[in-house]
Amino acid sequence: MDLYLPIANLSVNALVIIALGAGVGLLSGMFGVGGGFLTTPLLIVYGIPPTVAAASAASQVTGASVSGVSAHWRRGGVDVKMGGVLVAGGVVGSFAGAWIFRLLQASGQIDTVIAIVYVLMLGWIGSVMAREAASAILAQRRGRPQKAARRRHHPLVAALPFRTRFYASGLYISPLAPLMLGFFTGILTILLGVGGGFILVPAMIYILGMATNVVLGTSLFQTLFVTAVATMVHATTTKAVDIVLAGLLLVGSVTGAQVGAKLATNAKPEYLRLALAVIVLLVGLRILLGLVWRPEEIFTVQPL
Amino acid sequence: MTLQVKPAAIILALFSPLLMAQAKPVLVPDVSQRDIQIAYSFTGAELLLFGAILYPGGRPPRDDKATDIVVVVKGPTQSILIREKEKIAGLWVNAGRLRYQSAPSFYAIASSRPIDRIVDDRTRAIYELGLDSLQLSPASAAPANVQARFQQGLVDQRRRSGLYVEAPRAVEITDDVLYRARVTIPARVPVGRFTAETFLIRDGRVLAAAVRDIDIRKSGFERFVARAADKAAIPYGLTAVALSILLGWTAGWIARRV
Repeated sequence: MDLYLPIANLSVNALVIIALGAGVGLLSGMFGVGGGFLTTPLLIVYGIPPTVAAASAASQVTGASVSGVSAHWRRGGVDVKMGGVLVAGGVVGSFAGAWIFRLLQASGQIDTVIAIVYVLMLGWIGSVMAREAASAILAQRRGRPQKAARRRHHPLVAALPFRTRFYASGLYISPLAPLMLGFFTGILTILLGVGGGFILVPAMIYILGMATNVVLGTSLFQTLFVTAVATMVHATTTKAVDIVLAGLLLVGSVTGAQVGAKLATNAKPEYLRLALAVIVLLVGLRILLGLVWRPEEIFTVQPL
Repeated sequence: MTLQVKPAAIILALFSPLLMAQAKPVLVPDVSQRDIQIAYSFTGAELLLFGAILYPGGRPPRDDKATDIVVVVKGPTQSILIREKEKIAGLWVNAGRLRYQSAPSFYAIASSRPIDRIVDDRTRAIYELGLDSLQLSPASAAPANVQARFQQGLVDQRRRSGLYVEAPRAVEITDDVLYRARVTIPARVPVGRFTAETFLIRDGRVLAAAVRDIDIRKSGFERFVARAADKAAIPYGLTAVALSILLGWTAGWIARRV
């Protein structure tokens, strides 16, 4: 079923795009990640121009987050106060990201920088998560009581001033920590064309030490707003948002997200974290290979 | 004696362009579609380029020289930046780059015989016949061998995506008078004014040339979306965000009821 994309200027198989959206949506609902870190590279592999892929994936992540947020909201899985602080940081960060993006684009090194940042972030987060999740699973298997009280925030976070209570997260910390986290994620949203959930979720668990039952919902809450801002930034600057492409991705991903959220409620969180860690590491490895292997296209052509 | 020859020579000189023009054949070309509309189901188009060769005196000359037809379809020219990747410290990164003023966004050449057997290099360069004869007007200074490498890189890449096509023997000539050729236009061409040039070549010389324009444009919904994204960026962006929120919320609403 071929369909012409008016902004990307090419025709695609609509069913393939919907299936791609559904797969990413499933992960998004299960793990609370937006899935942009998968959508954008997959669309580029399919032949969509990179800017159009990044810009349209952002609006797909918005849609997947809405259904994810609404699913988590009903079971009290969103810390609105924490989410608000993250969004504030994220909006400022996305403007900073747009500025960095332009600088790197002018020097022609944007692709390499994006790939290196991806490899470092994914490699670090993936290995930390995999180790933690694996040790939690091993402890459970051996029948030892899990050290449940180990949940603590990073010592640096405790040193920040203006402490306040985040009741749903079970935290008494400075809002500066989530604000900076949100800012950093906002930069990544524009730079990498991702929602940033794959960075945010581990950071909330291991740096802020949030209660795990609100981590996914709150991460999706932040992703929802920041990707909506990113879509607007792309629509007004790069003009690369393809609404037909976004619509196809959305139809798949919102359905997938619902199924994913249902699966997540029945699954053990340690296993979910281990699975996400494996996916994160695989994507990181794939991008690393792309950097060191001789690329198929030595030459890239960019219309001016 | 000299007085008598002069007027004759003058008369001959005056009439010779006319006589030569009469001796040259004329091309009457046409294309199957002057106007290609891109709609939702557009997956590319097949153009039929056809026409007739009108010889002076109404019949093809009787000698053993072959008559060849070359058809070139060109898309609107773009100015482009080509980057070349190199392995630096174990990583493949963009190293060199060159700018070009006028690269055709689409270029298809069909001929009745391989083009290098029809005309010499100089003629090919003049009329831009063949993928190795494109005149890209480099805008960055670089040695000739580097220019050639980048140009080859561009041609290879666009060839693989079907944007640059070379089809020797794709032009059929019937009875030395009628010719036709098919050119496939892929879905990923840019919109704009395309030209279809037809050349009649005999004995290595271009005897006649004719051009027809083809307009490729978006129509209906596709045209509306492309215009809205360009002219009304903020409402367009808001629509995209609203669409994502609406679809996401609807899915959640349905899932609660299933």
